[in-house]
Amino acid sequence: MTDSYVVSIDQGTTSTRCIVFDRRGNLVSVAQREHQQHFPRPGWVEHDALEIWRNVGKVVPRALVEAGIGVDQIAAIGIANQRETIVVWDRRTGVPVAPAIIWQDTRTDALVETLSEAAGADGLRERCGLPLTTYFSAPKLRWLLDHTPGLPERAERGEVLFGTMESWLIWNLTGGPDGGLHLTDVTNASRTMLMDLRTLRWHPDSLAFFGIPAAMLPEIRSSSEVYGTATTVLPGVRIAAALGDQQAALFGQTCFAPGDAKCTYGTGSFLLLNTGEEPVHSDHGLLTTVGYQIAGRPAVYALEGSIAITGSLVQWFRDQLDLITTAPEIETLARTVDDNGGCYIVPAFSGLFAPHWRSEARGVIVGLTSYITKGHLARAVLEATGWQTREVVEAMNADSGLDLTALRVDGGMTANNLLMQFVADVLGVPVVRPMVAETVSLGAAYAAGLAVGYWADLEGLRSNWHLAARWEPELDETIRAEERENWQRAVERTFGWIKPEARAANR
Amino acid sequence: MPGQVQSIARAAAILRLLASSSGRLGIGEIARSLDLPKGTAHGIVRTLQDVGFVEQDKTSGKYQLGAALLHLGTSYLDVNELRSRSINWADPLAARSGESVRIGTLLDGKVLVVHHVFRPDDTLQTLDVGSLLPPHATALGKVLLAYDVGAANAVLQGEPEPYTRRTLVTPRTLSRALTEIRDNGWGAEIEEMTLGEAGIAAPIRGYGGLVVGAIGLSGPVDRVCDGKSHPRPALVAYVRDAARAVSRDLGAARW
Repeated sequence: MTDSYVVSIDQGTTSTRCIVFDRRGNLVSVAQREHQQHFPRPGWVEHDALEIWRNVGKVVPRALVEAGIGVDQIAAIGIANQRETIVVWDRRTGVPVAPAIIWQDTRTDALVETLSEAAGADGLRERCGLPLTTYFSAPKLRWLLDHTPGLPERAERGEVLFGTMESWLIWNLTGGPDGGLHLTDVTNASRTMLMDLRTLRWHPDSLAFFGIPAAMLPEIRSSSEVYGTATTVLPGVRIAAALGDQQAALFGQTCFAPGDAKCTYGTGSFLLLNTGEEPVHSDHGLLTTVGYQIAGRPAVYALEGSIAITGSLVQWFRDQLDLITTAPEIETLARTVDDNGGCYIVPAFSGLFAPHWRSEARGVIVGLTSYITKGHLARAVLEATGWQTREVVEAMNADSGLDLTALRVDGGMTANNLLMQFVADVLGVPVVRPMVAETVSLGAAYAAGLAVGYWADLEGLRSNWHLAARWEPELDETIRAEERENWQRAVERTFGWIKPEARAANR
Repeated sequence: MPGQVQSIARAAAILRLLASSSGRLGIGEIARSLDLPKGTAHGIVRTLQDVGFVEQDKTSGKYQLGAALLHLGTSYLDVNELRSRSINWADPLAARSGESVRIGTLLDGKVLVVHHVFRPDDTLQTLDVGSLLPPHATALGKVLLAYDVGAANAVLQGEPEPYTRRTLVTPRTLSRALTEIRDNGWGAEIEEMTLGEAGIAAPIRGYGGLVVGAIGLSGPVDRVCDGKSHPRPALVAYVRDAARAVSRDLGAARW
């Protein structure tokens, strides 16, 4: 008997990866290819969507060769993708009309300020669960329509198509100009600001507010169903799942019950809490988003707290300060001292995200004395990630009324033992790491495998989840409270750094 | 007497040249100074860069001596770096074998546990990263001793503690075990530390084949060993595969 496998494609911000998984959820092979980051102006970040599509065509066959398997052994394809990034392309030629605008891109700064004062801005947050900021797709799409001659008319006539990355890949995988399917899933659609969280449909008022022609939008589908069959790259294989990367990680961590939460520690970090079948609106600066939807079942919602700077603070420490040569060395340096020596680093490099949302804030290092060594700074770098996690967890507990009992973690920074212990210490709950670190890819594979019957049900997936490591809180409660207060005072010192006049001049 | 290895002599000359230069040097400058074809100079410099002896400036593209040369005497692979680079291979080893996995390096004559993956049965287990194990009574330790003459001699000359009846405590039995590990490329420990427990380990190699750590599994002796009290061949293969995969990631060419 030949074994069958599930393939997941993770189209991320810096690279595109293909991972082959077996029935027990074990990683069989990986292939990865980075794509170029374009920074044409300050604040602009672009990708070449065609380069990314070509990379898919390279990594998928490579992963199959490495696994030693053929196309006929693939049961399904699942896609996870960088969220909020937009592509608009010509439906006849398949050529993008402009470079893809990446989620980090802040070119819509001024547009967002204008829109937030426009009529109709009030109802938006209630409908889509998101604050009006530069990160989400709709302002980016509005900007592109405004700055590309003739594009609004072509969009009205349905000559160009809009999509986030999974739409672009599915359309290309299913034939492109030759009958390609134009669709998106609820999790990705929930990041555009255009979808009504309750009906899971594009909302006409939101479309009108942003001036987006409905003709260019993809059809919204569930996250786990057979969308169609690939005609290229993996011809004949069913495409059976799509999720935004963080939602995919939630699924891969099998956070299927309300109250289950995971945090993915990477360049930035993303904490998602399953809140069940009702969207929970946040009073504490968190995002309300769709966690996943299995075909024919109600959507499962999540609260999300994003932390902009975590791993990238370590990279800054390495590349800009030159105090370490590799990222893992931060732990070695931090262990040369016993504590932070009274020093705190708040990395508000481009303002503060959840739960503060202060775009005028900028980073600070406080508590400097002649006693402070680079070891203390290294500690403060790691502790910043711990405290930012704590802030988001506090907000989630307050919004959801659920008290987090354990945090499931994944991502590159989980290799940092000191950090994981610190996160457990400041949260006061155990931090647990699953056996498969590649939860984003695994989540997409799970959702796809579920749709085609490769895995029977959610219970079956849960039994694949195994504990690889567990960190118990050890910090004394009094010290925790003191340090929490010190962090809060450090955060307050970042507020109001960018003067209002400077912001106005930048518009 | 064996002949001189030309590329090593040239590499030494390049290092001396960079050390005596007041600023960074480009490939053209290095090649001209030593009268080498540019391609040859480039190949040597790139290899020196891979091992950390030479660094390239990001903006100018020119070369200078690398930080690794300054720390030649100290351990060249940071233990946290070792964990970070091996985490993706240690997990599948635990998943496939069904046993707990540890990665260790030698620190002051003991085995420092650098990474620990729980046995995948979701029972209560405690993370023991940072703890120290006796080198003569563990599979990880014996593998590390087999490739470190200095540390092995220190253990052989000391008085290794007998944990069980089967702990290797005489210089003769211990050095024979280490020879066997070098011959096989892996090692095992059967009830030498704790009754009822056994372990299998293999070396992790970095650039040039230098052993930088060991990866191994441990568990109940009836699961780790077969009916004849030999380590199960399938488990040995899993451990060696994982060790090879980490070594490949660290830049060891042949393993």
